[in-house]
Amino acid sequence: MSAAAPPVRRRSPKAVERAEGWSRRAPLLPALAFMLVVTQLPFLFTVYYSLQSWNLLRPDSRSFVWLANYAAVFTDAQFLTAALNTVLVTASCVLVAMVLGIALAMLLDRRFLGRGVVRTLLITPFLILPVATALLWKNIMFDPVFGLIGFLLTPFGLGDLDWVSQYPVVSVVTALVWQWTPFMMLLVLAGLQSQGRDVIEAGQVDGAGRWQMFVSVTLPHLRRYIELGVLLGSIYVVNTFDTIYMMTQGGPGTASANLPFYIYQRTFLGFDIGQSAAMGVVVVVGTIIVAMLALRLIFRSFMSVQEGNQ
Amino acid sequence: MTTAAPARPGAASAPRRPSRSTARSRRGHNARASALTVLTWAIGIVFVSPALWLVLTAFKQESDAATSPPTLFFQPTLDRFRAVLDAGFLPYLGNSVIATIVSTALVLVLGVPAAYALSIRPVKRTQDALFFFISTKMLPVVAVVVPLYVAAAEIAMLDNVWTLVVLYTAMNLPIAVWMLRSFFLEVPKGVIEAARMEGAGLARVLWSVMLPIMAPGVAATALICMIFSWNEFFFAVNLTAAQAATVPVFMVGFITSEGLFLAQLSAAATLASLPIVIVGWIAQRQLVRGLSMGAVK
Repeated sequence: MSAAAPPVRRRSPKAVERAEGWSRRAPLLPALAFMLVVTQLPFLFTVYYSLQSWNLLRPDSRSFVWLANYAAVFTDAQFLTAALNTVLVTASCVLVAMVLGIALAMLLDRRFLGRGVVRTLLITPFLILPVATALLWKNIMFDPVFGLIGFLLTPFGLGDLDWVSQYPVVSVVTALVWQWTPFMMLLVLAGLQSQGRDVIEAGQVDGAGRWQMFVSVTLPHLRRYIELGVLLGSIYVVNTFDTIYMMTQGGPGTASANLPFYIYQRTFLGFDIGQSAAMGVVVVVGTIIVAMLALRLIFRSFMSVQEGNQ
Repeated sequence: MTTAAPARPGAASAPRRPSRSTARSRRGHNARASALTVLTWAIGIVFVSPALWLVLTAFKQESDAATSPPTLFFQPTLDRFRAVLDAGFLPYLGNSVIATIVSTALVLVLGVPAAYALSIRPVKRTQDALFFFISTKMLPVVAVVVPLYVAAAEIAMLDNVWTLVVLYTAMNLPIAVWMLRSFFLEVPKGVIEAARMEGAGLARVLWSVMLPIMAPGVAATALICMIFSWNEFFFAVNLTAAQAATVPVFMVGFITSEGLFLAQLSAAATLASLPIVIVGWIAQRQLVRGLSMGAVK
């Protein structure tokens, strides 16, 4: 083979292209491999565990039960409650935060004295340790005896309402909305600032009213940003664990447990590895089904916003 | 902001109104503007008031913190901060610093080359890789925590800060790749071409050509990763105990402190949040870009 080779090493164009393709791809591989090992591999194990009856408290009883865990998941009333709570918390938090975020962004989208300071103030809730935010709302704002909310609502006869135990989901959503509104605000603000001034001025010259301007010019322009905010907000909020852990522990009973918290309970308090793995798989399949459409949409709005900015 | 789209015909040359009515409407406009400014300030302060109250409470004695009605004026003290430090806050802080800094460094080491590879010549495979990275953010952590826990227990890595480092790197890598890629896309193609023509290898191109241009973007990405790592709670509380617990886990001790240690809780919350609040203030312009994985500037 080597005897027949020409003195000058010449590779076919295809080989050159392939080599170039590899050199272009090589820098990507470490990151890709790392992500595969740390996220995909564990998931395969989750699927494997989900087919077994395995409780860490009874290590000798480990055995294959195939789909029995899945049957148990779908007949578990608490699991269904948790799934419902997840949807409820995520949807209400994202919607309320988005509406407030749009309102705040509109207020900030003009020049005024101390604009930077107000913006800095407004984003602060997003930067506070989420665990601390949860405690702040539970012990300092919502406390029935010493809480600020109770003090402010005393004139309305709601002074000693125990928010966290009577309305646990509302309390959790309140803390989450406070935390996520700044994010929505920043996103919408970025959208507003990418809007051409001339369009607005043209509208003003045409004599369009403020509300009319907002509905017919600003909102359509903001659509991509709102879409992106809702999708990203959902991705982050659906996995909420810290706020529920700190504020309600899923309680009273399981009234405010969402899926991450319920699965945590089954894993780390019940040590039921097989059962909680099955729940994990169900959650992933559910997420994939919900996300099938959304993921396409996410990808499109990611790409379009990114491209649109270039 | 300044790159306004090509002006619509007629928009720029719109007829101006007569000057007298402009003067009158400007006065009305000014009053309106000041009212709006006051309103914006008021809303901003009300919105952030729980945080302000938290900081205020941190400077109280416990007897001033737990009162009904709430106390606004009091003798400020640093006692509660001291109490937090005496309660063994510093080891938690140390773990948080290690987990945050090291995982962020790892993210950059893995993420910068990957983002570079994904920013040149977009092809189908590029889309697939980007799609893969973003899809891992959709994977709920609860779906992988069981095997991670079992694996960590198996190799005696439970309650080890390096376990957190690995997991936080995986948590932030997709965000960083997307964000860094959006910065790479802004670098003029000619710069890279020219460097390659002169025979610079990948490392040279990245290190001495791209990084100086990219420095602000890389810094912004790092700050975003730091925020996420610092705030992470799920892995920290489930995979660590006495040795490797981070600052958020320290706060768990205050769960049952209704009315008892409100001032100390506030002092701890303030200390625990302060580093990231400052980082976030510095990086506020880049915050959206990071959270939207580079999609929005």
